[in-house]
Amino acid sequence: MTQKAMELVCPAGTPAALRTAVDAGADTIYCGFRDQTNARNFPGLNFSRKEMQQGIEYAGKNGAKVLVAVNTFAQAGNTDLWYKAIDDVAASDAHAIILADIGLLDYAASKHPDLRVHLSVQAAAANADMINYYASEFGAKRVVLPRVLTVQEIAAINREISCETEVFIFGGLCVMAEGRCSLSSYCTGKSPNINGVCSPPGSVKYEDHGTHLESTLEGITINQYPKGEAAAYPTLCKGRFESLGETGYVFEDPVSLNAAQILPQLQEAGVTALKIEGRQRGKAYMAQVVKSFRKAVDAVAKGQSFDLDALLAPLTEGQKSTKGSYQKTWR
Amino acid sequence: MNTELTLGPCLFNWSEADWRDFYFRMADESDFDIIYLGEAVCSKRLPFRNNVLPDILERMESAGKTVIISTLALVTTKPERKVLRDQCEQEMWTVEANDLTALAFLKDRKFVIGPYVNIYNEATIHSLAARGAERFVLPPEIPAETIAQLIKAAPEPKYEMQVFGRLPLALSARCYHARLHNLHKDSCRFVCDQDPDGRDVNSLAGQPFLAINGIQTMSYGSQLLLEELPALADAGVSAFRLSPHTGDMLGVARLFRAVMKEEMDAGEARAKIGELMPGHSFINGYSHGAPGMAQIEEALAL
Repeated sequence: MTQKAMELVCPAGTPAALRTAVDAGADTIYCGFRDQTNARNFPGLNFSRKEMQQGIEYAGKNGAKVLVAVNTFAQAGNTDLWYKAIDDVAASDAHAIILADIGLLDYAASKHPDLRVHLSVQAAAANADMINYYASEFGAKRVVLPRVLTVQEIAAINREISCETEVFIFGGLCVMAEGRCSLSSYCTGKSPNINGVCSPPGSVKYEDHGTHLESTLEGITINQYPKGEAAAYPTLCKGRFESLGETGYVFEDPVSLNAAQILPQLQEAGVTALKIEGRQRGKAYMAQVVKSFRKAVDAVAKGQSFDLDALLAPLTEGQKSTKGSYQKTWR
Repeated sequence: MNTELTLGPCLFNWSEADWRDFYFRMADESDFDIIYLGEAVCSKRLPFRNNVLPDILERMESAGKTVIISTLALVTTKPERKVLRDQCEQEMWTVEANDLTALAFLKDRKFVIGPYVNIYNEATIHSLAARGAERFVLPPEIPAETIAQLIKAAPEPKYEMQVFGRLPLALSARCYHARLHNLHKDSCRFVCDQDPDGRDVNSLAGQPFLAINGIQTMSYGSQLLLEELPALADAGVSAFRLSPHTGDMLGVARLFRAVMKEEMDAGEARAKIGELMPGHSFINGYSHGAPGMAQIEEALAL
């Protein structure tokens, strides 16, 4: 039996990445403006207003849609920067805006009632009561679910809500409830909510200590690698720590999310859209990820089997992956 | 300083008896303007709280204490939603909403927004105030300078901030106490009760860094704002919150009260609090716009 394929939502950190994702078969692209209004505020990434309009046109010509993420929390006394971003999205041909901040949701609902709003994962709406509240108060049409739920819980949510759900299936994995984590600012002074960054590169150092390589974040050791072991980027919650004599990955192993094997269950659970993480990733990598998932999502819709592990093998080789909270044992 | 002193909810898994005795003592002997009561961290601890909560509430009431019910910060499961609904729909006590799910149950009620809700700007304050919020407990990571700007732009509600105790930094679906004991969350054996002030997490180089408390990650350092209080009060912060720890909380409260009444110098109070809470390593970075783990010696200028 053929079902409607789930929508494949792919990241774009640059105009070139946007074109790559569209060409590779993405249904929808998400991206952000080049300032602190979006949660991937890294140097060399993101879109000027003009680039955004060109990207939307390119996507439109090829049958794809663009979502603009204005998903940080506006700064007190400087809310105009965020209001302007919302106004500009409303004036563009973007399909929808992705928002997290209650004040901004309120602004969008009252100033631009026709603007389609998706609730960002940063809003951490993790149950049906909260999602229904956002839908009724602010007109949210879709909710990106935080990575704290099992597939069964997602299915239960979909039975109780009227708006659409979007879930992460591939890429980085936040182990904390998104939008509610201050670990980065505790260590570095810069946070996802305020600055749009986590464990920022400016605070990172690698030091060779002869017997081992040490990665630090603002002087705090995040990991030590014996000679020969590959060093990962010191994202704070993926570090190796010590507690009462126990040493190890206290919060999470250095793994990435890969929900490929549970795509059929996600379709069954009533999920509308599947989100790939990684606006900071390169074009070649993203092209392969998007092409692979395009094949898989279409196969799932037709009830056919697929071997996504083989399709993704070149991208995940040597890296550990997890189904994260989607399987209950992760907790 | 014309400011209130409040006691936040106990965030740790104290035994039923310890939890009850602590709050009985607070009812009988403390002079907090508000006492927040309830389990904000883990729904699995709720049955133990609920066994003794009615007795505590009765004791608080006969002592004339103002009580606010703190609610769960991460609400996902059906039982958690039911608990939250019940907490919100009782009419005896004001509620501190620690997850915006509570708003769905608090229509036409006045309530407090707790520190787990993202309030970073005046637009959010206005939006939530229009829906019944009359007091806001500021998230720990907001610098004092931003707090001052926020209150200037939205001066009507009351603002409260934590000035003592380990800071809540993150929440997860996963329980780190269970993980460290090689247990799953569903069969956790409540091992978080072994660490009544949280379990220290150090770097591999031995630097004290964080603390875990079930599904919650906290600061290793303990917030201590004393020298900063006058500037914060001038900026419009109207209540200072102490977060419960084991040890002499009544003594800590007395010292804060003395500083707030300008009867004691902040430096003297700092030394005395250090003696009362010898295990604590004090931090104040966030309020100075620095990394939260820092201890900044310069005066706070707003």
